[in-house]
Amino acid sequence: MEKIEFDYPAQHKVLKRAHVGVVGSGDLEVLLEPLEGDRAHVSIQTSVDGFKDTWKAVLDRFFAKYDGAVRIEIHDAGATPGSVLLRLEQAVEVSQR
Amino acid sequence: MSEQRNDTKFINRQSFIELNARERAEILFDTGTSRELAGPFDRMESPWLAMQGVTPQADDGCVVMKGKISGQSTVVIALEGAFQGGSLGEVSGEKLTAALDLACADNEKGIRTNAVMLLETGGVRLQEANLGLASIAEIMASILVLRRHVPVICIIAGTVGCFGGMSLAAGLASYVVMTREARLGMNGPEVIEQTSGVEEFDSSDRALIWAIHGGEQRFAMGLADALVEDDAQQMVEAVQSFIAKGVPAVHRSSEIALYRSHIAALDASRQWDPKELRAIWKADVATEDTQ
Repeated sequence: MEKIEFDYPAQHKVLKRAHVGVVGSGDLEVLLEPLEGDRAHVSIQTSVDGFKDTWKAVLDRFFAKYDGAVRIEIHDAGATPGSVLLRLEQAVEVSQR
Repeated sequence: MSEQRNDTKFINRQSFIELNARERAEILFDTGTSRELAGPFDRMESPWLAMQGVTPQADDGCVVMKGKISGQSTVVIALEGAFQGGSLGEVSGEKLTAALDLACADNEKGIRTNAVMLLETGGVRLQEANLGLASIAEIMASILVLRRHVPVICIIAGTVGCFGGMSLAAGLASYVVMTREARLGMNGPEVIEQTSGVEEFDSSDRALIWAIHGGEQRFAMGLADALVEDDAQQMVEAVQSFIAKGVPAVHRSSEIALYRSHIAALDASRQWDPKELRAIWKADVATEDTQ
């Protein structure tokens, strides 16, 4: 198992937290919470080692469009990059509901 | 259950099986009355999984919700079958036990609180071995105390089913609700095949598995009290009806003489057909059908 962390600049205050997904095979769980300040922090625990570059590529793309000041915690059980991005977008949607 | 059903109604139903544990729990409550206890943001994760290279889940696969069903205070505990097969570890087991014990404490103070368990589980989480086993002993003890006050209702909707130690917890429940897709048994098909050989039980034979462990067979043998469609509304109504019924006069697990005589009457020298078993077992079971 590998633990990976990333930081991104952020501008918007987020008011609500969101929890989506499940740590089931090929899926992941995302916990999104408001974070004080002007940055976003992502911490990942994944059962599949050696994909730090892929995680960075997926999160770079996600944060190219999203600028919420949040703490995101990901529990991954081998989700594909596409599933990861969908779950992140779902978490944002739930936090804006 | 009648063979003829309203097909439009069936097609337009809301599936219960397709819901995750949190959604299953929430849908059982009177609208807007539920709240989650010890949820994912409380981060009660298993401390044991990460050290074995397994990613933990923030709620450890156990969802606890409190609210009202039919206007009565009720706690619903749902195991998430998609996370580690719904297995019981130290944390998820403690959440389940604590929820039952808090309900019991309320009842003892005169605040009636019913309990519903949604079990999708393979039993003990092997990565947490003895702690999982200890949890299941505690859960069973807690059910035995709580069921003196209120009905403890167990739902096995599928498709994981309820196996291992948690099948014993289901056996202690006041009422068991199943769907045709669900399975209930002590040893799962793979376990039987692995320990006794493929001649004893072929775990790739789905028809055989459902003929023995399936909801329809368990209901027909009197080991489940209701068989419902994969329909959220039917599930809600089944739970409401058992809450209205209250504590049964005799719990199934107290019918020791009855089940001893059932087993004694079976001639183990020949292979029994699941349909034959239905005829023998169902005949004098005290628990009544709801349908």
